[in-house]
Amino acid sequence: MDIGFLAQYLMNGLMLGMMYALVAVGFTLFFGVLDVIKFSHGDVLTVGAFTALATYLGLEQIGVTDPATQILVMVIVSTVLIGGLGAVIARTVILPLRSAPPLNTLLITLMLGTVLREAVRLFYPEGGNPKPFPALLPTDSVTFGNFNLRLDNVLMFGAGVLVIVGTQWMLNRTKLGLAIRAVAQDEETAKTMGINFNLIVFITFALGSALAAFAGVMNGLYYNEINFGMGLLLGVIGFSAAIVGGMGNLYGAILGGFLFAALQTIGAVALPFASAYKDVFAFAVVIAIMAWRPTGLIQEKVSDRV
Amino acid sequence: MQDELKPTGKPLWQALIGAVLTTVYLILLLKVEEQSEVIGLLAGGAVLLLLLTKTGHLGGIGNTLHSREGALNLLVILGTLAIVGFFYEDHFTLLLIATVMLYVLATLGLNLQFGFAGVLNFAGASFFGIGAYTAAVLGAHTAVPSLLIILVGGVMAALIGCVLLLPVLRTRGHYAAVVTIAFALLFKTFLEVNDILGGPQGLQVPSMKVFGWDFNNNVALGDSVELSFYFSYIIVILLVLIAAFVLVRRVERSWIGLNLDALRLDETAASCFGLNIVRWKVTAFLLGNFLIGIAGALYGMVGGFVAPTSFTFADSLILVSIILLGGIGNVWGLIVAAAIVVIVPEKLQAIQEYRFLLFGGLVMMMLLFRPEGLLPRSVRRYFPGGAER
Repeated sequence: MDIGFLAQYLMNGLMLGMMYALVAVGFTLFFGVLDVIKFSHGDVLTVGAFTALATYLGLEQIGVTDPATQILVMVIVSTVLIGGLGAVIARTVILPLRSAPPLNTLLITLMLGTVLREAVRLFYPEGGNPKPFPALLPTDSVTFGNFNLRLDNVLMFGAGVLVIVGTQWMLNRTKLGLAIRAVAQDEETAKTMGINFNLIVFITFALGSALAAFAGVMNGLYYNEINFGMGLLLGVIGFSAAIVGGMGNLYGAILGGFLFAALQTIGAVALPFASAYKDVFAFAVVIAIMAWRPTGLIQEKVSDRV
Repeated sequence: MQDELKPTGKPLWQALIGAVLTTVYLILLLKVEEQSEVIGLLAGGAVLLLLLTKTGHLGGIGNTLHSREGALNLLVILGTLAIVGFFYEDHFTLLLIATVMLYVLATLGLNLQFGFAGVLNFAGASFFGIGAYTAAVLGAHTAVPSLLIILVGGVMAALIGCVLLLPVLRTRGHYAAVVTIAFALLFKTFLEVNDILGGPQGLQVPSMKVFGWDFNNNVALGDSVELSFYFSYIIVILLVLIAAFVLVRRVERSWIGLNLDALRLDETAASCFGLNIVRWKVTAFLLGNFLIGIAGALYGMVGGFVAPTSFTFADSLILVSIILLGGIGNVWGLIVAAAIVVIVPEKLQAIQEYRFLLFGGLVMMMLLFRPEGLLPRSVRRYFPGGAER
C-alpha cells in the first residue's frame, strides 16, 4: 500500500464525509428546534436529486447548454423547491403531531419517507431504474503517482465547506440564527420574546431540506448516477452520524458525518478481501458506539425531567 | 352504572351472526377474481361496518365478546377452519391465508416488545429472516426434525437479538430506534454480500417432514377429494399461532404484563417502585424475537425459498404498520390489520404496485386522525368480566 492509494482513499472518504455531514446537519437542526426526528430526510434528498435531474433535462430542452449555468440553475431550483417541500412537511406532518408521543412523529416521517421514495419510483418516468446524472463539472485532474486529484471533486468539496460554514455563520452571527437558537433552547421564552415560532420552524425545516437537496445534487455529480432508493441509506447514515455526534449539536453532526465516512473507508481498506462488507462494518461500529456512549459522542447536556 | 360492572348477560347470538357473516364475507372476498367485484365487496364491507358502528350493533357485539373471550377465541378458530376448509384445493388462496397467519404470529412478537414493554424494534423483518434462514440451513444440511427446526429458528432469532441487548438497554427513544434500524440495514447488506448463505439469490428451504410424512405432498382423502399441501402447513401454523396467542394473552393478563405496562408508561416511575427495568426489557425483547423467529422459520418452509429482498427495512416498516393500524398493544387488532395489509393488495391487482405508497399514506392518515388504531387496546380489566378501571 503506497502513499498514493492512501491519499486516494482519503479523498474519497472526505467526499463521502461531506455528503453525510450535510445530511446530518439537517437532522440536527430539526432536532434542535422541535426535538423531532424527521426520518424522511433521506428521501427528501432523493427528491432533490431527481428535481435537479429534471431541471437539467428541461434546460437541455430549451437549449441552455453552458455547464456552469446549468449547474447553477439546477442547484437553485432544487434547493428552493425542496426547501418549500420541507416547510410543507413541517406544516402538514410534523407540527400537527407535536402533542403526540415522539414515537408517532418518528413513525409518520418514516412512512412519509416511504411515500416519497415510492412516489419517485412510480411517478418519475421509469423511476424504478437507476438514472444517469450528467457530469457537469470540469473533469481535469492532476496525478501524483497513484493519486488522481480530480478538479470536480475539489470543487464539490469546496462548495460543501462553503455551505456548511455559511450555515454555521448564519446560525451564530445573524438575527435569524439567534431566533433559531432561541427556539431550540426554550420555546416558551422565545415566544414571549416575540419570536414567531411557526415561522422559525418553517424556516429551519426549509433550510435543512435545502441542505439535503444540495447533498443530493452533490451525490449525483459524484457518482454520476442516482436512483430512487439512494436516500434511504444516506438518510440512515446521516441520522446515525447526527446521533453518534450527539443530537442538536452542529459540530457533532459534522464530526459524525466524517467519522462514518472514515469507518466505511477504513472498512474498505482494512478488509480488502471483503470490501463488500464495508457497510456491515460501519453499521456494526455505529451499534457499538451507541452501546458505549448511549447519547452520542458529544453528550447532550440535559437530564430527564420527571 | 351499577349494571355495567356485572358480566354482561347479552345473548351470544348477535356475536354468532356477526362471526358467520364475517366468515362468509372473507370467503367471498378470497373467492372473487374480477377486479370490479373485489372493489364492490371492499366498498360494501366498509359501508356495512360504518352503518353497524353507527347503529351501535358493532359496539354491542364487541362488548359481548369482550366479556366472553372464550367464545371469541372459539369463533375465530372455527371461522378460520371454515375458510381454510372451503378453499381446500386452492393453492394460492391457502398460501395467502398462511401468510396472514404468519404475519399475525410475527406481529404478536413485535407487540410484546413494542405494544407492551415499549421497546422499539425496527428490525422485525430481520429477525423474521433469521428464522427463515435458520430453517433453510438446518433443513438442507442437518437431520434435525422439522418441528424442532421451527423452535431453533425462534431460539436463533432470540440469540442474535442478544447482540443488540446492550445498546437497546442503554439507549432510549430515538437513540434506541437507530440501533435497530442500523441492525436492519446491516442484516440485509450482510445477506446480500456473503456467499455462504446464497447471496442475493437466496436459498431453497426443504419442505417440512413430520414422522416421515412430507408436507409438500397433497393429502388425498378417499379417492375424490385431494387437499392442497398448504392445508397441512396451515394446520401446523394454526396450532403454533394458537399456542403463541395464548402465551401472549397470558403474559398480558399476568403480573408480568402489568410490569411491562408500567415500564412502557413511565420508566422512571416504574424504576422508583422497584421494578427491575433491565429484566423486563430483556424478557420482552427476547420473547418477542423468539416469536418472530418462529414465524420466520415457518415462512421459509411454507414458501420453500428465502432471499434477502423479503427481509428489507421496508418489510420491517410493514410489520410496524400492522401494529399501528391494529391499535398498539391490542392483539385482536393485529389479526384485522394483518388481514387488511396482506389480502387487500393481493386481491386488488391494480394497487399491487402501489402498495408501499398506499400503506405509507394510510399509516400517515391513521397517525394524524386516529392515532389509537382501528381497534384501540381497552383499559386493563383486573377481574374477568369485571369493570374497566
